[in-house]
Amino acid sequence: MMKIEISDLRFSYPNGVKALDGISLTIDAGEQVAMVGQNGAGKTTLVKHLNGLLQPSQGQVLIGDWDTKKYSVAKLAHRVGYVFQNPDEQLFSKTVGAEVAFGPKNLGYNSDQIQTLVNDALTLTELADKTETNPYDLSVTWRKMVALASIISMDTDIVIFDEPTTGQDSVNIARIADVIVELRKRGKTVITITHDIDFCAENFERVIAMSQGRILLDGKANDVLGQEEILSTTYVEPPQLTRLGKRLNFDQTVRNEKEFLEVLKRGDYR
Amino acid sequence: MAIVNLQDVTYKYPLTDSPALQNINLQVQEGEFVAVVGPNGAGKSTLCYTLAGFVPHFFKGELTGIVEILGKESHNSTLSEWVLNVGLAFQNPFNQISGAKYTVFEELAFGLENIGIPRDEMKTRVADAMKLTGISDLAERSPYSLSGGQQQRVALTSILVMQPKVLVLDEPTSQMDPIGTREVFGVVRRMAERGMTVILVEHKVEWIAQFADRVIALKDGQIFLDGTPAEVLTSPLLQENGFGVSRYTSAARKAKAIGLWKKEELPVTLEEAVEGFSRANAGRVV
Repeated sequence: MMKIEISDLRFSYPNGVKALDGISLTIDAGEQVAMVGQNGAGKTTLVKHLNGLLQPSQGQVLIGDWDTKKYSVAKLAHRVGYVFQNPDEQLFSKTVGAEVAFGPKNLGYNSDQIQTLVNDALTLTELADKTETNPYDLSVTWRKMVALASIISMDTDIVIFDEPTTGQDSVNIARIADVIVELRKRGKTVITITHDIDFCAENFERVIAMSQGRILLDGKANDVLGQEEILSTTYVEPPQLTRLGKRLNFDQTVRNEKEFLEVLKRGDYR
Repeated sequence: MAIVNLQDVTYKYPLTDSPALQNINLQVQEGEFVAVVGPNGAGKSTLCYTLAGFVPHFFKGELTGIVEILGKESHNSTLSEWVLNVGLAFQNPFNQISGAKYTVFEELAFGLENIGIPRDEMKTRVADAMKLTGISDLAERSPYSLSGGQQQRVALTSILVMQPKVLVLDEPTSQMDPIGTREVFGVVRRMAERGMTVILVEHKVEWIAQFADRVIALKDGQIFLDGTPAEVLTSPLLQENGFGVSRYTSAARKAKAIGLWKKEELPVTLEEAVEGFSRANAGRVV
């Protein structure tokens, strides 16, 4: 079981900017967590500690029984896959197929296993018809899907998505949501950083809100997303239907269409 | 006269067979705030590049029809003349940052240096623009040390500081936090009210509905719908064609099907939804 345990994590960038200011957090194996919060709150800095791209200035990060201080990024890649916010910082191969095969190859899978993992990742992200395409001939939205596929193919227990829905249309957002559902079924831990609060509300049970290098709220999605005032301090607004429910004096916090329509049918509002 | 005038514009990128834009006819008036929506690959960024002169001057390819801004045609102008009237903020701010400057302040002055603005005026314009977009505190940071959302604000500011007549924004808030997004929409709205013409590509329907004067829906390189935000964004054609709709519209459409939304027109904004749903419930025994 690949539990993530972060205790009193502090981190300052070399220029002195204090990015994380005492983070303690446990994420159980198989949990699906969304992280929200204003730009510069420390979300990306935090997740970069999970695969060793950054090392704590103070405190500890445990991935299962591994202390990230004692393992290289290459080693941690066996447990944690991280999809960058900007695919162009991640992609370098000549074809989509080679890109998606790169991760599992480096993790030491044999060629049959690599083929299986690559095919699975390409199917899941609906890229199977683009295997021979150069990623840079694709639009940035598809390049984001390639970035996603190239991490899924590594079959790590923990998968991190940094802003996966940025610039995506509703069709691709639905596709990404499907990928997350599938990873949940496979028992993967998924941590997703997102500003798309409606996407967050519709796809995650646990939500962590960060502000100025600290955790502001952490709990069940409905509990966190209903805290309009606290969220506004980290530049987050509740989802559209949560706000609408509040304005209609619903007796409970709703976060998606299903919950909204249920209260509406009961007629239990002003 | 329209400040932006596109007539029968069709464009093919080099080495491609199918056009990225097809028979686009678009007239935009001075000070109008036009939002462009559409699925991935609909031609939204290509439209931005065309307005900004990158098509055809930089991307080459085959452009037919008329692209006219302030009465000048793009094929008769050089890119350096064109940028004096039109500013484009890229979809990916990283691609826009010059790489030649150490601080945000210098980065923002880069465009002004290139068009020979006197030093004192440059400083004032940069300071004012930073204030407007709320990034004064980033002045001394390196453009590369910023978060995605902060970089986007810098990219937007570096265009605003040029004071273009026509502002073209390609998903300027894609990496911004929600309230930051609303603030940027507010800034853009103010620029439009001061007479700047704005063409903005966005997926965030709720804010488009609230801030834009007009919405154009693009699909397969063609204009699919063109009208007021209310007309376009509640069209039943959107969802079935891969366009995003606001949760208010979508929920109200479902509620309407079961008799819980009484009005004819569907809501796009929070206020319209509150109003409609409250009324639907009025008179019911609680």
